[in-house]
Amino acid sequence: MRVLSQQDTPIHKALEEQRLNRLAHFDVPGHKGGRGNKELKHFLGDTTLSLDMNSMKPLDNLCHPVSVIKEAQELAAQAFGADEAFFIVNGTTAAVQAMIMSVCKSSDKVIMPRNVHRSAINALVVCGALPVYINPGTNKELGIPLGMSVVDVEKAILENPDAKAVLVNNPTYYGICSNLREIVRIAHEHNMLVLVDEAHGTHFYFHEDLPVSAMEAGADMAAVSMHKTGGSLTQSSILLARNTVNADYVRQVINLTQTTSGSYLLLSSLDIARKNLSLNGKSMFDKTIDFADYAREEINKLGGYYAFGEELVNGDTVYAFDRTKLSIHTRNIGLAGIEVYDLLRDDYGIQIEFGDIGNILAIISSGDRNLEIERLISALSEIKRLHEKDKTGLFDHEYINPKIIMGPQKAFYSNKRQVPISESKGAVCGEFVMCYPPGIPLLAPGECITQDILNHIAYAKEKGCFMTGTQDMTLENINIVEEV
Amino acid sequence: MELWYTDQHTKDVRFSMKSKRQLASFESEFQQIDILETYEYGRVLILDGELFITEKDEFIYHEMITHVPMAVHPKVRNVLVMGAGDGGTIRELCKYDTIESIDMVQVDRDIVRLCKEYMPFTALKLEDERVHIHFEEELRFVRGKKEEYDLIIVDCADPFGPAEGLFTREFYGNCFKALREDGILINQHESPFYNEHSNSVQKAHRHITTVFPLSTVYQCHIPSYPSGHWLFGFASKKYDPIKDLKEDQWNQLGLKVRYYNTDLHKGCFYLPNYVKELLGTNG
Repeated sequence: MRVLSQQDTPIHKALEEQRLNRLAHFDVPGHKGGRGNKELKHFLGDTTLSLDMNSMKPLDNLCHPVSVIKEAQELAAQAFGADEAFFIVNGTTAAVQAMIMSVCKSSDKVIMPRNVHRSAINALVVCGALPVYINPGTNKELGIPLGMSVVDVEKAILENPDAKAVLVNNPTYYGICSNLREIVRIAHEHNMLVLVDEAHGTHFYFHEDLPVSAMEAGADMAAVSMHKTGGSLTQSSILLARNTVNADYVRQVINLTQTTSGSYLLLSSLDIARKNLSLNGKSMFDKTIDFADYAREEINKLGGYYAFGEELVNGDTVYAFDRTKLSIHTRNIGLAGIEVYDLLRDDYGIQIEFGDIGNILAIISSGDRNLEIERLISALSEIKRLHEKDKTGLFDHEYINPKIIMGPQKAFYSNKRQVPISESKGAVCGEFVMCYPPGIPLLAPGECITQDILNHIAYAKEKGCFMTGTQDMTLENINIVEEV
Repeated sequence: MELWYTDQHTKDVRFSMKSKRQLASFESEFQQIDILETYEYGRVLILDGELFITEKDEFIYHEMITHVPMAVHPKVRNVLVMGAGDGGTIRELCKYDTIESIDMVQVDRDIVRLCKEYMPFTALKLEDERVHIHFEEELRFVRGKKEEYDLIIVDCADPFGPAEGLFTREFYGNCFKALREDGILINQHESPFYNEHSNSVQKAHRHITTVFPLSTVYQCHIPSYPSGHWLFGFASKKYDPIKDLKEDQWNQLGLKVRYYNTDLHKGCFYLPNYVKELLGTNG
């Protein structure tokens, strides 16, 4: 058995060897190194196409890893302080779903905050588990959902002793962290597992000034979105687990839905990104933190904007704040976040991660340069100078506590009919409604459609949010459950 | 052995000059800086492999970027210059006794250091007591300024390197804010000739037009630059570059110049049809 170190990249190395071997390929993919699709080869480049290979003995198999993929996963587990790591090529959505489906069966309960990403509730639609929602606190000034309070988690655990797991969204899109160690302690005390949607927290594992990571806090599983802040290619992700869950069963669950043709472009990107994080993570995130801190300071100097940071920390619902996130509250210049988001792109050629009703979020990474940071700050300064207006009439976003009438799976698969959304008040929703990004559902299947929610949807539409989830792509109509 | 320096004018077009020797080669925090001694063009400053200025024809560029606005605005006292690391624009500005202060913002202090050493013909006025050099990010400097300048000159490299930010709408907007109510913004505006560059000409012009009430373009001929046909942007809050030209007043100054004159001033705003088309409309 070879002894590998974090310097090694087994998948990358094996792939490069196969490329140089210049095999005659009588296997898929049919483009055969791009010769069968010249326009694509010209567009993506020779090397990319020649590396787009299928599973073969020297390259291992993602569904049943025994050699280079196994080694790469072991190195990843080591880098993240986990017992097991599973490479995922169907996005962190697949990692979150595999995590939930590994510990819940139909009718099992899982405790979670309502402001989860749609992928978590999707998992409930697929496997039939039932959510026990915890109301994440809301910061009224900013209109953003916070973390879960420990008291609320404990209460939910005591009221639902049969629940299988607690799912924590850590950090949230905005960078808010819950008291993960304490949630883990209480959950474990009551024999529940802790699953962490850590899609926005890959970097926590590689810098000591950042909030505690899921594995370090003792959580049982975590979905880390390597492609978000870890530097791998879009759609690649890692599911981490400790030995408190059965790794072989987790692999089976992953294989229920994951492709059998895992892309080696994605897999090698995970391998190389892991090496880079292991060796250079500290300096990468030093740089990221410096950029984000500087931008916050400069943006706050512009006046009107509020780029929030660690001052939000309150010991509970904001237990910690991820300083690499540049979240900016825009309502005080009289503009919705989504309006600033659109102006930045349309007028200034700056694409940020998302804008919601009251905030925008810019992702900062070590790939940024001073130049881009200065451009963003300057553009925000211009938007304020040219577009600032009175803020009255701007929607004051509040967390709306969902009224759950039935489980997500039951609602999704029940007989439904489509009605104009304006006539849907009081009905049970049969599908998702969300702004994307951030992809946190305003309505999930099985929830009552209330006037508050209809107002929120109408406002988000008016301000130009990209509304998704419903069968009717224009969201004029909505599917409601026929018989409750 | 012959030593040739080649400037890649486009992907498919090259421009070469025979060199005597290399005077400096330095990798700064921002870019690779080289200075060559050539046979035909004298000393040549090269940034990231691309020709920036030559001793032989820099006077054209520096006179045109400076004297055109100076002959229009009757009382320029405070000037902000972006980039201008070689000092040529500063040299031209220092010919005016009426100018009280010149803020020069240059992100890369090594350019200034090397030009002072090897390009004295442009850098000679960088020590003038009216000149204040700020080594920082240009966008950051101008963002904090409000109605402080009569003239802003953007003297920078092309938009595909460290100067990228100086071709953006947010930068032009910040300049607008930094200018007094009758202020003028002049910027290096690239060449309209090759497709690779004409795109950025178009974009920069569009950005400036959205920010300034009066915005136009003027041209000159710079032999060592791609296609030789070069543009500058003239954007202003109040003055028209031709109607408000103070011809007599400027000529009475009796400045020593080799390219610029007030007849040429009027002519340089009349553009070829293909350039007009590229810019949409142009007065």
